[in-house]
Amino acid sequence: MKKRIAIINYGMGNLRSVENAVKQVGADVRIVTSPDEVGEADGLVLPGVGALQDCIEGLVAAKFPDFLKGWVAEERPLLGVCLGLQAMFERSEERDVKGLGLFAGEVKRFKSRPGLKIPHMGWNQAKLCKGDSPYWNGLDDEQSSFYFVHSYYVAPEDESLILTTTDYEGVFTSSISKGNTLACQFHPEKSQSNGLRIYANFVDNCKNRH
Amino acid sequence: MLAKRIIPCLDVHDGRVVKGVKFQELRDAGDPVACAKAYDEQGADELVFLDITASSDERPIMHKVVEETASQCFMPLTVGGGLRNVHNIRQMLFSGADKVSLNTAAINDPKLILDSAVKFGNQCIVVAIDAKRSGDSWGVFTHGGRKATDLDAIEWAKKAVSLGAGEILLTSMDCDGMKTGYDVELTRRISESVEVPVIASGGAGNLDHLVDVLEDGKADAVLAASIFHFGEYTIPQAKKHLGQASLPVRL
Repeated sequence: MKKRIAIINYGMGNLRSVENAVKQVGADVRIVTSPDEVGEADGLVLPGVGALQDCIEGLVAAKFPDFLKGWVAEERPLLGVCLGLQAMFERSEERDVKGLGLFAGEVKRFKSRPGLKIPHMGWNQAKLCKGDSPYWNGLDDEQSSFYFVHSYYVAPEDESLILTTTDYEGVFTSSISKGNTLACQFHPEKSQSNGLRIYANFVDNCKNRH
Repeated sequence: MLAKRIIPCLDVHDGRVVKGVKFQELRDAGDPVACAKAYDEQGADELVFLDITASSDERPIMHKVVEETASQCFMPLTVGGGLRNVHNIRQMLFSGADKVSLNTAAINDPKLILDSAVKFGNQCIVVAIDAKRSGDSWGVFTHGGRKATDLDAIEWAKKAVSLGAGEILLTSMDCDGMKTGYDVELTRRISESVEVPVIASGGAGNLDHLVDVLEDGKADAVLAASIFHFGEYTIPQAKKHLGQASLPVRL
């Protein structure tokens, strides 16, 4: 039976590429705008591009924060992408926004200096920090490339969250995982075969609830 | 390490690729979706569609092209041409574009950069600048290079970034179509003046030209059309060449 994946739409731009990628790896997709619509989905995706403040406001308006905390507490599968990752932490340097607080830590901006381009935009490599992650099946541990576009990155207090790191004139956390939660700073839906591998691994990790 | 990007650009008119792309593997080289897939398979880092359709009546075709491309190619896609307001931009992003490129519209109404960056995020607003050398400086042109403005290219790039542009797509009109190399000095001056990435465009004739503008021009990415479209070089050949010049590339 196909896995059923719900993608949260809280009014932030383009969900189509995420939807296309989830379909491409063989799952059924439902776009949801409220927790009621999530129902018995086997997995949930929290995407996001743009400004974190709008992202959090959108989630609050749609009554998602407590729902997401409950979802994670029940260890149901959650995939965060880009702002979806940043939203999971306590606060951000971006306009001092308060996040969902699913994980302890901050969201920081790359420090401006001559020669360093911000946003960090383009293809960079993620280096695996956890040896046995199911999310990294079929991917190279040292040099799998993914597409990034961001000016902020997460700094988790608990270093055991860190799934991969990436070097951009300094090492930052490019993805985290804990139990059935995976969240990436890069855009797997824009990262060709490596990115689809991430979606496939996430979907494989979702258990059919019925 | 962040890789230097190689970005093929396809000019699309009424839903068809113009300037004759020649892919041996393609039966219909005029089909933009097929061309996009071919570049995806070659390992292009991003793709740009430039809509050169004159009539706004034909715009819906471009949305269909973008939708189909986005459902089959899992790579970043930028669309430029004919986007005049926030509504146009929103529609194009919802069709599946990851970024939009603004040129004439941003010059006529710089607030469009601000409004769209606030709404959709800086990361998806590319400001395209068509620059032409005049003495020691470069002037900015609009309407596909037909109309001069009183803007200085470096000052305009800085202003566009301060308003929220997340990237600059810089075309040298002096070099475009000449195949004698990019305007390295212009590219370096702009790249050193703004914090955001700069994509160099116009003038690529061989693979050394790419190396020159990425190294000496301090470009973050190169846009090229004809050297790839006509099959002179493939994307993997270009990346191998950049790699041999010790530039970081994604292989």
